[in-house]
Amino acid sequence: MRDQLSFYLNGELKTIRDAPPTQTLLRYLREDENLCGTKEGCAEGDCGACTVMVSTLASDGSVKREAINSCIRFLPSLEGTSVTTVEALSETISAPHLVQQKMIAHDGSQCGFCTPGFVMSLYTAYRNGDALPVKAANDVVAGNLCRCTGYGPILTAAKEIGDVAKNADQSGDNKIEYDQLSKINHQENIVLEHGEAQAFLPATSDQLAEIYTEHPDATIIAGATDVGLWVTKMHRTLPKIIFLNRVRDLASMKRGKNELIIGAGVTYSDAMDALASAYPDLGELVRRIGALQVRNAGTIGGNIANGSPIGDMPPALIALGATLALRCGSERRTIPLEDFFLDYGKQDRKPGEFVEAVRVPLAKRAGDFKCYKISKRFDQDISALCGCFNIQVVGGVVKSARIAFGGMAGTPKRAAKVEAVLTGGAWTQESLELAMLAFADDFTPLTDMRASADYRLRTAQNLLMKYFTESSAPFEQTRLVGHGNAFL
Amino acid sequence: MTVAPTSRKKSTAPRAGGIRGAVSSPIAHDSAYKHTSGAALYVDDIPTPENCSHVYIAVSDRAHAKIISADLDAVRAAPDVVAVLTKDDIPGKNDVGPVVSDDPMFVLGKGGGVVECEGQALFAVVATTMDAARAAAASAKITYEDLPAILTIDDAMAAKSLLEPPYKMKRGDVKRAMLASPHQLKGRVEIGGQEHFYLEGQAALATPGEDDDVTIYCSSQHPTEIQHKVASVLGIPYNAVTVEVRRMGGGFGGKETNGNLPTAVVALAAKLTGRPAKIRYDRDDDMIITGKRHDFRIDYQVGFDHAGCIQAIIFDQAARCGHSHDLSLSICDRAMFHADNCYYLPNVLINSYRCKTNTVSNTAFRGFGGPQGMVGIERVIDEIAFHLGKDPLEVRRVNFYAAKGTVSDRNVTPYHMNVEDCVIDKIVDELVASSGYASRRREIAHWNKNQSLLKRGIALTPVKFGISFTATHLNQAGALVHIYTDGSIHLNHGGTEMGQGLFTKIAQIVAEEFQVDIDRVKITPTNTGKVPNTSATAASAGTDLNGMAALDACKKIKKRLIDFIAADWNVKPKEITFLPGSIQSGKNKISFDDLVAKAYMARISLSANGFYATPKIKWDRKKGIGRPFFYFAYGAAVSEVVIDTLTGENRLLRVDILHDVGKSLNPAIDLGQIEGGFAQGAGWLTTEELWWDDRGRLKTHAPSTYKIPTASDRAPEMNIAIWDRGRNPEETVYRSKAVGEPPLMLGISVLMALSDAVASSNGREAYPSLDAPATPERVLRAVSDGWE
Repeated sequence: MRDQLSFYLNGELKTIRDAPPTQTLLRYLREDENLCGTKEGCAEGDCGACTVMVSTLASDGSVKREAINSCIRFLPSLEGTSVTTVEALSETISAPHLVQQKMIAHDGSQCGFCTPGFVMSLYTAYRNGDALPVKAANDVVAGNLCRCTGYGPILTAAKEIGDVAKNADQSGDNKIEYDQLSKINHQENIVLEHGEAQAFLPATSDQLAEIYTEHPDATIIAGATDVGLWVTKMHRTLPKIIFLNRVRDLASMKRGKNELIIGAGVTYSDAMDALASAYPDLGELVRRIGALQVRNAGTIGGNIANGSPIGDMPPALIALGATLALRCGSERRTIPLEDFFLDYGKQDRKPGEFVEAVRVPLAKRAGDFKCYKISKRFDQDISALCGCFNIQVVGGVVKSARIAFGGMAGTPKRAAKVEAVLTGGAWTQESLELAMLAFADDFTPLTDMRASADYRLRTAQNLLMKYFTESSAPFEQTRLVGHGNAFL
Repeated sequence: MTVAPTSRKKSTAPRAGGIRGAVSSPIAHDSAYKHTSGAALYVDDIPTPENCSHVYIAVSDRAHAKIISADLDAVRAAPDVVAVLTKDDIPGKNDVGPVVSDDPMFVLGKGGGVVECEGQALFAVVATTMDAARAAAASAKITYEDLPAILTIDDAMAAKSLLEPPYKMKRGDVKRAMLASPHQLKGRVEIGGQEHFYLEGQAALATPGEDDDVTIYCSSQHPTEIQHKVASVLGIPYNAVTVEVRRMGGGFGGKETNGNLPTAVVALAAKLTGRPAKIRYDRDDDMIITGKRHDFRIDYQVGFDHAGCIQAIIFDQAARCGHSHDLSLSICDRAMFHADNCYYLPNVLINSYRCKTNTVSNTAFRGFGGPQGMVGIERVIDEIAFHLGKDPLEVRRVNFYAAKGTVSDRNVTPYHMNVEDCVIDKIVDELVASSGYASRRREIAHWNKNQSLLKRGIALTPVKFGISFTATHLNQAGALVHIYTDGSIHLNHGGTEMGQGLFTKIAQIVAEEFQVDIDRVKITPTNTGKVPNTSATAASAGTDLNGMAALDACKKIKKRLIDFIAADWNVKPKEITFLPGSIQSGKNKISFDDLVAKAYMARISLSANGFYATPKIKWDRKKGIGRPFFYFAYGAAVSEVVIDTLTGENRLLRVDILHDVGKSLNPAIDLGQIEGGFAQGAGWLTTEELWWDDRGRLKTHAPSTYKIPTASDRAPEMNIAIWDRGRNPEETVYRSKAVGEPPLMLGISVLMALSDAVASSNGREAYPSLDAPATPERVLRAVSDGWE
């Protein structure tokens, strides 16, 4: 067992013994390291001004480089990683990095406060050799807000950066990074103490099970994209934390014959391609969860475990009939995902029990599943409502219907009455209109800052109409963004 | 749909063979490298002085309430607390209001107090860390007695809760012309407010000095006002307070007056404790405490002929000002000044109601009321066109002011100023052609016929924006220029840099005047000790005013240098010319550096201040008559959108912009202002929604809930061009035009395009009456003709 953290910061090894477990990386950089290039714009992972690059050694030995929001990333979770901040890109004005050169050449900065974050998002993409045509660039910087430029100059810079990155030989930098990460790679459990506070960083799920049984009052943190805000926004103290970042066996994904098994520690980014190839709409839904920095940190397991009524994965996975694997010590059980959500803020989870994996059935007709995220902004927004439909029609008759919604109740919830009206009936405009009325029996949504109750209910009904149109009139244009949209 | 590559046309090519950074060259922002390397310092990045304390302001969570009791003992006893400040600790005046003294710094004192909105400052905690200050503030025990709260414009209008009696502008015989009009319409448009969302929140650092002195570093568009408010709160003369601003991480009007409170609080903390003190609002506090763009409710009644030509119009503009004046009166005036936009209104009455509500005191925001006034008239034009079954562009054109150079009486504004420089007809003609407006409109109509769920829409809207502060005395500026004996130049002026490129443009002016490379010109922080009595960097006037003042300073030094060297060479001063890097007369030639050194040895002053006051303007507010504006800036945009008629979701597909910046001082910077302004205007009218609960508490106080545009909200095709025939007919600096605010109003084209798309949804008979912001919910409501 170790009692200290080790990570690289801009190429320099840092070992830290006495850090508050909820000290954010951003505050560490600005206050302890005097690296003030990284900015705080929102302290909730929504503006990207605090973006830095975090490199980790993946289990296959490759180096994974990701842009993350340092404002909601707790310092202990950086164990075993290499952190790069904007200060590392260039030392003098006469030798700016390509990313900086392009940003300057295309007038990509005005007030400059968001700029270090954009630079680091683009730098990370550059290091990964990504081409950045406008659509890809939009995704790379969707988590970076700029209030001055209107983004055009930044997207132009991004395209040119990508054009160079595709062919750039970065093996030298990559080798240095690999060697450094290898030096601090180990499998020992780590326990940090800071006054009364404790942080555990197990390296395996067995270690995790043991620690959590012993400390069921601990808060489990994976990506901290939600829990981070408990600290930065609600100013809560978390005296005992278990970090999942190092638990490699929870971060794996397996594709079985009829199902996809997603470990609780798998991030959205890591799951996106597999989910998109199983269900194109699910891939698009994941693309619209947070933005890249959030998807690089947040996990599907975390999105489920925290029980939010507006998380986007649960309604989709419920509609797909997913099950949840839970573990407590050596005991394991599997339950239908929908049964996990008991009430607002309450889940079916015993003390010491944690989500191990979610199992997603694979369907033959992926197109039967469609989902629609409705929010004020397309990228990096939280759903007003999220409607997920999985309807099988055979010979003009609805054979089965699983419909689940987020944002319509205190938990992610199935539209049981609508399903009942549809199931066994004809798949026609008339029966559809009857089913639409049943939404009012299933849901009594709230009015809040994201939408009114009226809008939520009406739109939920309309989404069923949209599903119907898409399945019965395939040439009709129905999508504004994402796959299948007719626009750029 | 045809797709052309995204383009940003810089209309002025850099001049060959001259100096680097000459006027009109598209050089990058002076801090561009520092921005990209993290080396640009903002207030929170300045190394914190030894022994610096941190200040947290405790605010009201009630909209309107009497404080029955307040127990701050636990706050004082909390760990690491240095001091607790209430209004009883203020040696001077308990006020931070910019114009009218109705913005108390702290509500709470021995006798309790009355809070008038959520987010109003109660008291402040000074502690050794920000965390300690915040935690201590939370331990205050305050009991309130809620009082009836007026939250909305409707509430205020019903209760006649106004900051001042209604103000009017009028011209012609509205009543008679209305009755005589072949067509009449009545309607209402509601326009939401807008959060500035500058990326850098409000921040200030105060260091106590000798005697009464205090030095302030802050993020403010108005250092002089900060100086005044700090002095007033501390009860000391202005000369004891020095305020310095290097740059802001965005301002947009949100740092014109909203820095007064945090800065005055840290100054008080510094003077009372004898230690430096620092404050930085976090995002949520910033959004709750600071004012926003005013939301408006505009009622209109219009009479027009068969061609859509307006005969008579009445506007009732009601604005939510919040609990205090701040700058609301001038903002509401500017909404009236822009109720005409580009259109001649022969008989017009504009009534303005400045509603006092128990909400945060709304403030300046890029456009300063102008955008809201302009949405009003664009809405009217749109509805006239719908009523007559015409293309709205046709109706816009028949109502334009008379073009510059034509003899017509159709050029008088509702405030009796003659529009002498109208070029909107030319800009619109060029834009119609370059955007393919007519053919695209036909193609969209055809597409819409074949689609049942999605509908596209297109609109062209023009902009005419008046340039000058309408409070005439503010139209003045100063500058200070030194040349050191090595030939390097020190530049200072009253304007502040918030990303708009002001410092770069003014350095270009100085470089051009002396014919030296811009690298020679050191741009220095705005400082009240160097250039005094400045106006806010606002009203788009930063370059117009400070550029002219800098030019004045340069000319003074230049004259001394010319007189000196002319005498030395025994030639006439008019024979001397400044060439790149050198000065010449016939065969005589001397480098700039040598001339400077030589002049110094001859005891010639190499330092000068400059001053400028805008000519021609005058405004009689009582009569509503005058020439409040030196000139107008023009532009136009075509936006194309698509909506989903089942969900109300919507998207911008293509934008074409042609904008007049006069003769551009820096096309790269001007294009940045145009695109950025457009995006901010489009965001205001679509995704950006402020939402208060029924107790008057703002629930959209962070980017998780308040949605400014992100990269993918940018139209996939954007063609932005500076109007290459632009030249300011007035004698502005190098004949340029102001560019900060006008492009924001190009975003109105997006709202009108959405209205067009809604109007195309199936079976429509009624006008869509789409309000702003056009969130999916408002679009769906418009598509469904309401749904109650």
